[in-house]
Order: sequence, then structure tokens, then C-alpha cells
Amino acid sequence: MAKVKCECGHVNPHGTILCESCGRALTEEAQKEKLHDMRYEGSARRSQTYNKTIIDKIWNFFSSVKVGIWLIVLTLIASSIGTIFPQKLFIPNNVSPETYYEETYGTAGKIYYTLGFHDLYNSIWFIGLIAAIGVSLVICSLDRVIPLYRALKNQRVARHGSFMKKQRLFALKEEKLQPEEIEKVKEKLKSKRYHIREEDGSLLAEKGRFSRWGPYVNHIGLIIFLIGAMLRSSEGMYTDEMLWIREGETLEIPGTQGEFYLKNEKFTIENYDKEKDPEVFKEALERTGGVVKNYQTDAVLYRDENRDLPGAKPKLVKVKEEKIRVNEPLKFDKFALYQDSYSKDEMKAMEFALANKETQKEAGRVKVDLFNPKDTYDLGNGYKVEIVGYYPDYDGIGSDGEPKTKSPLPNNPAFLFKMFSPEHPKGEISFTAIRQTLEPVGETDYKMEFRGIETRNISALTVRKDLTLWILGIGGAIFMIGVIQGAYWNHRRLWIRQIDGEVYVAAHTNKNWHGLKREINSVLEGTAIPVPEDQQG
Amino acid sequence: MSDLVQWSGNLLYASFIMYLIATFFFGGAIRPKKNGQKQEENRWGKIGITVAVIGFIAQLGYFFTRWAASGHAPVSNLFEFITFFSMMLVGAFIIIYFMYRLPVLGVFALPVALVIIAYASMFPRDISPLIPALQSQWLHIHVTTVAAGEGILAISFIAGLIYLVKTIDQSKRSKQTIWLELIMYSLVAVVGFVAVTTTFTLSGYEAKFEYVNKDGKAAEETFHIPAIVGPNEGKLVTEDKFEPIVDMPAFINAKKLNTTLWSLAAGALLYGLIRLLTRKRMGALVQPLVKNVNTDLMDEVSYRAILIGFPVFTLGGLIFAMIWAQIAWTRFWGWDPKEVWALITWLFYAAFLHLRLSKGWHGEKSAWLAVVGFVIIMFNLIAVNLVIAGLHSYA
Repeated sequence: MAKVKCECGHVNPHGTILCESCGRALTEEAQKEKLHDMRYEGSARRSQTYNKTIIDKIWNFFSSVKVGIWLIVLTLIASSIGTIFPQKLFIPNNVSPETYYEETYGTAGKIYYTLGFHDLYNSIWFIGLIAAIGVSLVICSLDRVIPLYRALKNQRVARHGSFMKKQRLFALKEEKLQPEEIEKVKEKLKSKRYHIREEDGSLLAEKGRFSRWGPYVNHIGLIIFLIGAMLRSSEGMYTDEMLWIREGETLEIPGTQGEFYLKNEKFTIENYDKEKDPEVFKEALERTGGVVKNYQTDAVLYRDENRDLPGAKPKLVKVKEEKIRVNEPLKFDKFALYQDSYSKDEMKAMEFALANKETQKEAGRVKVDLFNPKDTYDLGNGYKVEIVGYYPDYDGIGSDGEPKTKSPLPNNPAFLFKMFSPEHPKGEISFTAIRQTLEPVGETDYKMEFRGIETRNISALTVRKDLTLWILGIGGAIFMIGVIQGAYWNHRRLWIRQIDGEVYVAAHTNKNWHGLKREINSVLEGTAIPVPEDQQG
Repeated sequence: MSDLVQWSGNLLYASFIMYLIATFFFGGAIRPKKNGQKQEENRWGKIGITVAVIGFIAQLGYFFTRWAASGHAPVSNLFEFITFFSMMLVGAFIIIYFMYRLPVLGVFALPVALVIIAYASMFPRDISPLIPALQSQWLHIHVTTVAAGEGILAISFIAGLIYLVKTIDQSKRSKQTIWLELIMYSLVAVVGFVAVTTTFTLSGYEAKFEYVNKDGKAAEETFHIPAIVGPNEGKLVTEDKFEPIVDMPAFINAKKLNTTLWSLAAGALLYGLIRLLTRKRMGALVQPLVKNVNTDLMDEVSYRAILIGFPVFTLGGLIFAMIWAQIAWTRFWGWDPKEVWALITWLFYAAFLHLRLSKGWHGEKSAWLAVVGFVIIMFNLIAVNLVIAGLHSYA
């Protein structure tokens, strides 16, 4: 495409509106403007110049700030819809979402579910919206930043009179300026940290140009952040596993490919104590009841040295011992273990006494490990107990007359015991469950009396590896730098020119006009140079 | 120990009084001068800002004595957080005041701060110990930064509101006057809430209900305000108390809805009285206060406050929030309702900045947006904690 040569001799890219160098209006529209649109310095933006091929059209669509704002607003509305009812993630995990929403929230819940709002943030269209924002960020920025950079780099000190007249702050006065007058103003401008350039009696004072790059810097940060978030779904970057571990257990840590093992020495839940903890909490504790003070897993981390030997048994070497608490994860290698949840007082072992019903005499005690019960327990002197059947999660008698178990976990253990005694060497049968004893094959002389229970806690730890965090961190940091750069600094320029015995003064800022006016007032006060006036509004 | 708590409470009370007094001085400062000139800062304004600064120092005193008493920054429940937010609002006002020297900002900002403090005091005020998730330095860093950001953004609402009060034509009814009245009514409804809660708390009203909760289990709830709406399949246990007119479905928290209804009704009553007595829209009633306001400047203040507040909010509400969420909840982002609403707030102000910078939305449009932004902040501050239960519902 043909370049545009300005009267001043500067060659501008095709599509330029105001000459990069002298600021002359190059298009008819710009010549007619009352005030120049200085947002992008009248530079040649691709989106405003080409509109032929399909690529142009896509480019122009995404480079539009209007489209960008619509994408932001749509994402905003969609996000808020997702908070009307709890997301799938937050509903109890033992119910089916299909029935849950309708049962809990009625028709509105059913509609919510049917439209897929119960899992909104993972829906294709929501992710599509975010992706579109990402594309818009890239194209919007590229479309503007390059021409803007060119325009600011090529700007000349002496701007054309027409350019100056069409600035929002402008003044014109017939006057011949004395050199010392200019010097005085220059000193004042310098003390306000302006960068000053001069060219045959014309002056350009400029500061804070770098704030113009703020928006583009923060967009780069956002793009990096979005890329980081995208990478999370790629293989090996992200691990999200749960480790339920009982006190005393040593388990392989899922996600570490068998390299690391963890032992749970002890799991503690501690509540605040009205007596021991600071007195100021007393009222609150009385009002709300118990408040948890600490969840803690005393853990030992091991590494399997034999991991690389196929078929070899794990050889665990202790790496470290740590207390895992909420807010204090255990970190190792690229992983972190977080205290997430727990289950308290899981039954571990039950103790029974074999006793004669009539004499109440104990023949001996049996302690049954609920995870690994023995087949027989020999109590000596002809007394013996055999476990014929074990139902860890007893759920009544089935239609076939056999006791049923819901799960292999000892939530409600029940036993079918065979009790041997000198009186009954062939054994008597007793079915013993919690608070329930049945004698299915006739009354017995002996019984299994419940004596005690051993429990232990289970700690639930989240195993997390997230290799994208540093990318997100960099993206976030760049975003913050860009936002601060753009928000806390202003790009201010003041032009002073003498044309044919007249003094032209114009000023521009990208924002905070009030501040610019005040600053210019204090600089030009008491000089022969006229203070530029606001031509807008 | 309890001495400190006592002191802390007194200091908060003192700051409340100071803000009230300062409001009147600022009110004096904006009276037109006899010669009809637009005025710069005058003596009334100087006294006003001095009193406001003393009030702010008193509130800082409240904050730090309470911190000393509890061992953690008092930002861990609704009372503490909302109070802290009001302090940040006043702090932001003071900063903006020294930038622009506009007493009229004080006339609007301080009453809003007063209403917010009064609102905060309706929640349980005792010092609660920290649950494990909150035991972190990030509590101080994250929460204080968020509140600071929101406080600054609230100033943009104040400036926007002043702009609207000044520019909306009150000579005839229009869409704008109706919306403006709605804002005024909302502020009055908060006062209504305070009045209702205080009245029934003082009278010691208690009505116990047995009801069936969301999980289909039997539960109990005590209402401290007569129940217009009752809980799901609720049965009034306390004798001689007001029977609810209608029961709510299980997923609605009837107690909170009831309080809301009462507040709205009390607000409507108050608002109606004001309208009846003055025979004016509230917008028209306060309009004389802003007679001398330079609208361009107010527009600029509103925009400036957003420019200052947006980075602070981003840092506190998103970046620090994500860092802490990664430490405490194992993931930096989990679509918890409070997180989502922080994102919504952020997206909204991002849209605002784009509209302003690229689409040239100035003046009235920009002022309305500043109002909407504040509504979103308030929604996140209050409704998300009280209505949409999530990980953040501590109070």
C-alpha cells in the first residue's frame, strides 16, 4: 500500500490520520474535526485501514474495544448466573445433580440444571468466552500499540499550527517572547520533571510517556496468565489427588508414581477452650459453641529408594517429619500436601468377652482388628472363638437369610461367632452386631459381651502439584505493573511555538485533565505565555 | 484485656460522633458565600476535615486496640470487616479531599460511612477466635487490601452520586429521577434495618421455630424480629408470638429474608415520611447541597478514584486472594461465590475503564456506572456472605 507523504516531508504508513511528525491532518475527516481525537495519536491502525479479506474482518472484529467490552460484560453476566445456585462442585457428592437441583430448588433448579448452569464454569461456551477475551486482548493490543509507538517516537518538537489548534487545551496570543521568558518556563518545567526538547524556538515538554504503555503491558500479563491457566489441563502439569490416610498407616502418595510415601503418625482436631484460651474469646465461644482451633496431621515423608528396581519391595527412607496444618502444607519435590478434611473416630478394633450367661463368668477376651480379623481366637482351657462371618458395614438380613454388608469399611461391624467351651466343644453360634445379639440356631449358654472399642482418625490430604504457578505469578506481576503504570502516571505534553509573531500553546494528557491544568497554570503563571484554555464542553 | 476491648469500643463510638460532627461542618462549608462567588476551601471546611481526620485516628485506635486484644487483625467477621471498610472509605475520602479540597465530598461520603458503621454494629460484636483457615498472615494482607481498594472505589460512587444529584433535572419525573430515588431509598432502607434491629433487640423479642431444613432434617431457629415469613414447615414453639404469614421453601433462609423484608418496609415507611413531610423527591431535597459543584471536576474525581482504587482492588481482591487460596484451600481459584463476585467486580471496573478510555463515556453515563460498581461491591460484601453461602461465610 502506498505510504502517505506529509507536506512536512515525513513519510507516514498508509492509513495515518495525523502526521506522525508534525501532526498535520492527513485525512479530510480529520481536517474537519473541531478537536483531534488524540487517543492513539491519529496513527495508522490496521483495523481502521484494511477491510477486504476474511483475515481483515476477523482482525477488525477482535480489535474493536466495543467487542472487547461486550465480551467482558457477557463473562460478567455469565459468572453471576453461576452463583445463583451452588455449582455441581459444591453440592453433596452422594446425590445425583439431576435430582438434587429440582428437589432443592424446585422448577427454577430444574431449569438451572437443564440449561447446564450447574457446571457453568466448565462449559464450552464459558471457556469459549474467556478464550475470545484472550484473542481480543492480543489483537486489540497489537492493533494499537505498534502505530502508537511509531507516532510517539516520530513526533517532532514543532507541531503544525492546525494540530495545536485542535488540541483540547489551547491558547494563542500575539506576543514576542523574550529568551529569558522561555528559560524561566523551562526551569519550572524541569523542576516538575518534564523532559524538554527544543527546535528553532519551539518547545516540547513531555513526561510520563511510559504510562501510555501501561494498558499493553497489563494485557501482556493477562495473556500470560491465561496461557498459564490453559497449560494446567496439559499432561503432567497439574495433579489433584486425595489421600485418605488413617493414623498409623503408611501409604504411597498418589500422583508421585510410587516415589513418595507418607505415614500418618497422628491426626488431631483441637477446639478453642473457654478456660485456657484468651479470655476475650469467651463470649464468642459461648454464643457459637465449639470453634475449631487446629486440624493437624503429624506426618512422616518417605522416599522409596528401590523405585527404579522392578519387582523390588519398597525401601522407605525417611525424608522429613512435619506437621501438616491448614495454611501450612507439607512441601516436597514439586508437590504440596494440604490438610483438607478428616473423618473422626473410625472404628479400628472391638473387644468382646466370652461369658457364661448364667454365671456371668468371663472365660477370656477377644480383640478383633476390624481391618484384619483373625479366623480363630484361642482363649485356652478349651475356650475358643471362631469368626464364621464378618460384616463390616452391616445392613440387615438379606432375602436369602444372609446378613448383608454395605461396604468393606467398618462403619457398623457385625459378626457371626462360633463360641467353643468345655460344655460345648462343637460350638454355639451367636450373631453379634452393635446393640443387637441374635441366636439364629437356638439359644446359647455363652455370649459375646461387648467390652470396648478402639477408634482412630482418618486424615484427608490433598496432593497437589501445579507446575503452572510460576507462569501465573509472572503473568499476575506483569499485569499489576502494567495497571499501576497506566493508572498512577499520566502522559503529559506541553507545546509552545512561535508562528508569525504569535505564541501558540497547546497541551495534551491521556487522563486527569484537572491535574494537567493545575500544573500548567503554576508553570505559566506570571509569564507572557498564555495559559491554554479548555476548548471542550 | 477487657479494658482494651472497652477502649476499642469507645474509640469506635468516638469516631462515629466525629464523622457526624464533621458532616455538619462540611455542610457549613458548602453554603454559598454572600457575594455569590464559587468558593475554595473555607474555615468551615478546614474544621470539617480536621474533625474527620481526628475521627479517622480514633477509628484507627479502635482497630489497633482491638487487634491488640484479640491477637489478630479485626477483619475476621462481618462486624469487623464492614467497620474496616468504612474506615477505608473515610481514609480514601481524606486522601481525595487533600487532592481536590472539595467539602461537598464530605457531605456525602461521611454520612455513607456513618450508615455503614451503624449497619456493621448490628452484627455480633464479640471477638471471635480464628478458625484454622484464617490463621495466616494473609488474612491481614488480603483483607485489608481488598477493603482499601473497595473504600477508594466507594469514593467514585460518592462523586458519581454528587454528579447525578446535581445534573438530574428534578423539575419533572424521568427514568433518572426514579433510579436516583431508588439509590436514596436503599440508603434509607439501611437506616430502616438499623432501626428495626435495634428496636427488637432492646425489647428482647424471641420466637423459636422448629422446622425442616434444606437437608430434610429437623432444626431449630430463633427469630429476634416478628416473623412475617417463617421457615420451611415451621412450627412456632414460643407462646404468644407472631405467627408467620407464609412459610418459605427450605433453600431460602427465612430468618434473613424476614429481616430484609422488615428493613425494606421500615425503609419504605421512613422514605414515605420524608416525601410526605417535604413534598419533594429526596434527590430534589439534597440538590441544594450540590448547587456550587463543578460537574466536570466531580466527573474527574469519580474517574480518578477508580483509577486509584482499581489496582489496589486487583492486588487485594484477586492477586493476594489467589495466593492465599493456593495456600489455605489448595487451589488459587475455585469458583467460590465470593471469588466469582470479586471477579465480577473486577470485570465491571475493567469494562468501565474501557468504556471511558475508548468509548468516551464521560459525565452522566460514567456516574451511573460508578453507582453500579458500588452496588456490586455492596452485593459482594453483604449478600454473598449472607445469602449465598460459600467458603467465605464466616459471620
